[in-house]
Amino acid sequence: MSEPLLQVMQDDAKKVTLPPGLSEADLKTMYEGMVAIRVYDERSLKLQRSGRIGFCVTSFGEEATQVGTVAALQDIDWIFPSYRQYGVPMYRGVQLEDMASHLYGNKFDLAKGRQMPAHYTFKDKRFVSISSVIGTQIIQAVGCAMAARIKGDNCIAATYFGDGATSSNDFHSGLNFAAVYRAPVLFFLVNNQYAISLPVKKQSGNELLYKRAEGYGVPGIRVDGNDVIAVYQATKEAAERARNGEGPTLLELFTYRAGSHSSSDDPSRYRSQDEMDSWKKKDPIERMKRYMQKLGIWSEAYETEIWESFRERINQFTTAAEEQPEPSWESLFEDVYAQMPASLERQKDQLIARESGLELSNEGEFPL
Amino acid sequence: MPTMTLLQAINDSLRTEMRRDNRVILMGEDVGVNGGVFRTTEGLYSEFGPDRVMDTPLSETGIIGAAIGMAVYGLKPVSEIQFADFIYPAFDQIVSELAKFRYRSGGEFPCPVVVRTPYGGGIRGGLYHSQSPEAYFTHTPGLQVVIPSTPYDAKGLLASAIRGEDPVIFMEPKKIYRSVKGDVPDGEYTVPIGPARVVQSGTDLTVFCYGAMVDVCEKAARKIQEEGYSVEIIDLRTLYPLDEETILNSVVKTGRAMVVYEAPKTCGYGAEVAALIAENVIDSLEAPVKRVGGFDTPFPYTLEYVYVPHPVRVYQAMQEVLQYQ
Ligand SMILES: Cc1ncc(C[n+]2csc(CCOP(=O)(O)OP(=O)(O)O)c2C)c(N)n1
Repeated sequence: MSEPLLQVMQDDAKKVTLPPGLSEADLKTMYEGMVAIRVYDERSLKLQRSGRIGFCVTSFGEEATQVGTVAALQDIDWIFPSYRQYGVPMYRGVQLEDMASHLYGNKFDLAKGRQMPAHYTFKDKRFVSISSVIGTQIIQAVGCAMAARIKGDNCIAATYFGDGATSSNDFHSGLNFAAVYRAPVLFFLVNNQYAISLPVKKQSGNELLYKRAEGYGVPGIRVDGNDVIAVYQATKEAAERARNGEGPTLLELFTYRAGSHSSSDDPSRYRSQDEMDSWKKKDPIERMKRYMQKLGIWSEAYETEIWESFRERINQFTTAAEEQPEPSWESLFEDVYAQMPASLERQKDQLIARESGLELSNEGEFPL
Repeated sequence: MPTMTLLQAINDSLRTEMRRDNRVILMGEDVGVNGGVFRTTEGLYSEFGPDRVMDTPLSETGIIGAAIGMAVYGLKPVSEIQFADFIYPAFDQIVSELAKFRYRSGGEFPCPVVVRTPYGGGIRGGLYHSQSPEAYFTHTPGLQVVIPSTPYDAKGLLASAIRGEDPVIFMEPKKIYRSVKGDVPDGEYTVPIGPARVVQSGTDLTVFCYGAMVDVCEKAARKIQEEGYSVEIIDLRTLYPLDEETILNSVVKTGRAMVVYEAPKTCGYGAEVAALIAENVIDSLEAPVKRVGGFDTPFPYTLEYVYVPHPVRVYQAMQEVLQYQ
């Protein structure tokens, strides 16, 4: 396929200059944001493999799609993510202990242990609670953007979803509503080329997914999703247009899911080692590192420093989270409604009164 | 006779029926090359090829809607919805279309689509990988709803579903996909849609259940039997059409009844069983009918073991019903 692809970092360029509008410090912040995600992923995978957490999602190879976008948004902008964008709230400075608590589903998990890991919720970062149901957030982001415009606020909304999600009903309603109402919303189509085992050609007769936008009357652009600066610049531009009342944009961030779909998946069943190896060379962190080397703003000492400090912090928080108790049984019944209906209250009271003395074991074995 | 898990029995049934009738085709997400996320379709793509084992785009409404079109044309599609929790995008195609095609066409267009879907708790899947939506479908005239709990029944019931003339929602209790093993005959056989199965007979109490709850009820029954009670356990197997005769006869015999299911208690399937008993044999009852279900909340992650009926909760409910004066 020969296709348009917005790129800033040319690997064969001998000399590079600082991209317009970005300082050395900005580049470092973005680089560190990507490293933080990588370290977090390595840690959660290890915890899952050793049986200490039940499940995990990683975003190996997709760090630039998260960091490049969020860095170009403002903190007032709303995010409607899928399960693979926790790097976005990390970048906005969410408490790492909150993330770790969610991995364990413990008492301090903001989602109160109700969701599988990777289904974060961070209202104070305008990072909206995640559904496992593919695509549902797309149209919700549009509604949020419409609301911001109705209220005359300056914020925009952004939604992230995968190539698989472009087949969902809500992708269609999302693009359609956004175009009709010229909603200030950005569609980040993270094309990591797989929906679990299925390659893009199983989703669409036209693998250039950004072209879908045109049919709806929405501008579409295809960006190298492993080039954090290109992602940043494309987002910046699209966000400005949305904020100026010029409507939505779809940004296809072309990347590769370097890891497995989730801890339950084995990619060797459906893709080759050669393919996986070839994408290692395009790793977004490595590419940014080379770019920074050429700019002369990278050193071994810096590299060691950031990896080690992230590792230390993340390990510290996950270790602490592991020691926290699970949510109380009462909490199971909270938040179904603003006020607990009497019938639900009775279910709760019965459980607590009659059964808390008995041990319900996790394995479903008979403990009596 | 080979011993199989529930999962292997389903796989074997699909293979057997596909060999038997080349109109049978499978479609769903990741069912082809990957063999399904639970491996229920393992090996079928290589045996039957891409025309009969279709990896579909990520669109449940597409998976059901296309199957309807194929069935109308004369194929026998078996659609897989990867988790029952993701069946809702296809709700319209199932409830407005699939269920009503035969009726609205005065019988001209039957629509024999089988919808297979793993459901229920057991894998620590939280809100969206654990639900038990069977009652939505038993409430929809035109659909048959089948839930096996043994490998033997899984193979035979799925064969009946595929050979049948009406749509079937075939729900697979994923908690026991691999944990339950049993003898499964080689080759073709069917288990009819409709009749319930008496798991064990008893005289003091009847427990109605299905899917993964059968095993839970058996555990609880073993415990209460130590106290001298005799418990009848009935695996409903088919939720619609329901085996009313077996249910009512059993309650007339034992005089006490309870229903155990994983879905939220209110308006769950247990309500139908309890109402059926009340309408028909209330005079035989020596105690109120008891429902043990999930709580009226979404399905939790960490506290799954509290939410899903546990042998201890079932045992306590048995005590209550048995000791009621
Ligand atoms: C409606 C729905 N159908 C099926 C699933 C099961 N499932 C979970 S993730 C996934 C693939 C998603 O692929 P994509 O949208 O490309 O996102 P990615 O995982 O690659 O980031 C599927 C089929 C689901 N979660 N929701």
